[in-house]
Amino acid sequence: MPDADTAPLISMQGVSKFFDEFQALKDVSLCVKEGERVVVCGPSGSGKSTLIRCINRLEAHEAGDIVVDGVTLSDKTLDHIRGTVGMVFQQFNLFPHLTVLENLTLGPRRALGLSEEEAEARAMLYLERVRIPDQANKLPRQLSGGQQQRVAIARSLCMEPRILLFDEPTSALDPEMIAEVLDVMVELARSGMTMIVVTHEMGFARKVADTMVFMDKGEIVEIGPPEQVFKAPKSARFATFLNQILNH
Amino acid sequence: MNRIFLLVPLLLLTGCGGANWGWYIIDPTTTTGWNNLKFLASGAYWTIALSLTAICFSVVIGLLIALPGLSKHRGWRGVNRTYVELVRAVPILVLILWVWYGLPVVSGINLTIFWAGVLALALSDSAFQAEIFRAGIQSVARGQYEAAQSISLNYRDTMRYVILPQAIRRILPALGNQFVYMIKMSSLVSVIGMQELTRKANELSVSVYRPLEIYTILVVEYLILILIVSAGVRWLERKMQAAEQ
Repeated sequence: MPDADTAPLISMQGVSKFFDEFQALKDVSLCVKEGERVVVCGPSGSGKSTLIRCINRLEAHEAGDIVVDGVTLSDKTLDHIRGTVGMVFQQFNLFPHLTVLENLTLGPRRALGLSEEEAEARAMLYLERVRIPDQANKLPRQLSGGQQQRVAIARSLCMEPRILLFDEPTSALDPEMIAEVLDVMVELARSGMTMIVVTHEMGFARKVADTMVFMDKGEIVEIGPPEQVFKAPKSARFATFLNQILNH
Repeated sequence: MNRIFLLVPLLLLTGCGGANWGWYIIDPTTTTGWNNLKFLASGAYWTIALSLTAICFSVVIGLLIALPGLSKHRGWRGVNRTYVELVRAVPILVLILWVWYGLPVVSGINLTIFWAGVLALALSDSAFQAEIFRAGIQSVARGQYEAAQSISLNYRDTMRYVILPQAIRRILPALGNQFVYMIKMSSLVSVIGMQELTRKANELSVSVYRPLEIYTILVVEYLILILIVSAGVRWLERKMQAAEQ
């Protein structure tokens, strides 16, 4: 558990987000400290993906403040904040026309200004960390889903972010491939990376989460350490949700 | 290979039709015939130069016009729509005449016939190119933009390294068709005196009075050029597909 006295790395205060008439986030506030692992769960349409997509402004919020590492998110600070925050997507979103190595070196070379050699060395380092250095010269389509997602994690790590956001990273995977991706994420969590993970993998949540967040209808309904919220859900909605997830 | 058979009906037509053919005027075994053939073929250089230069410009202009069309801001999209609608409404022949006779008067810029032809063809085609690019770029999944943003790529790099390489693969057949179209439209530049294939055929036709044979040769000349271009586009498509597998 991170030190309770340190200033939050991410602070969301009163954040609201609308898609036309539909309010996806309703006055949401959340603080995440350096090294903290937050798992966000909730039924589909509850706003959990929108919540993390607001942090690196893949969705622009309409009200409230998002402060990342002391910098308030705005159009002006967006580049700085995107350099601090990495993201892993449900559909991997690898660049299909580029090899694994090119996928990994593109950001470091173009956005961080690394030389080709430096970028490749860094890419190989993180490919080893996700345990697929031998796939460096393949195209994404030649890899399994699990391997593709690990490449996507490595691609984010190559930017050396301080925070990693995961948007349902195992939801598009065949069951037999979920474990290999979760293993990499557990390892990342143990290395001290600050993570916000939207997932329904409750085993993963129990294993690594410092904080469990349950969202429903655009609001944070329940928040707390996993052992506490799992054992004694305060709200009926969360209890029902847990029941559905764990007994399906 | 199958495309070679396209020539068969043409040969049948020229050989077996009831018309009174006078192939002697382009018989390569006679000096006059050989010279006439050389004269006709000499226009190929300008047809190719004109179409190639114009397609290069039209692709660049088309892309530059397509990008504001994808903007979130209504003003930028308006620029795109206005350009596309305006340019598409002008017939190519009219644009060629206007660029050649009108542009020097209003702008003081005196273009050579070649550059006037290139400008008119490129402008006219660019509106179509813009629409092709817009469709191609829009067909790239939103997740690709988001992934590019999440690794801090700026707009230029996102387009250059992520979006356009994927979009261009998809629109390559359409771009190839547009090039074929450009070769055909380049014949219109003959009206302002460009010495390309059609103009050469016109000139020979009025001096030897055998339009049937000469324009038949002209048809074959365009057919050969276009078959080569189509084959080239197919080859490129296959190569890009192979690179992806």
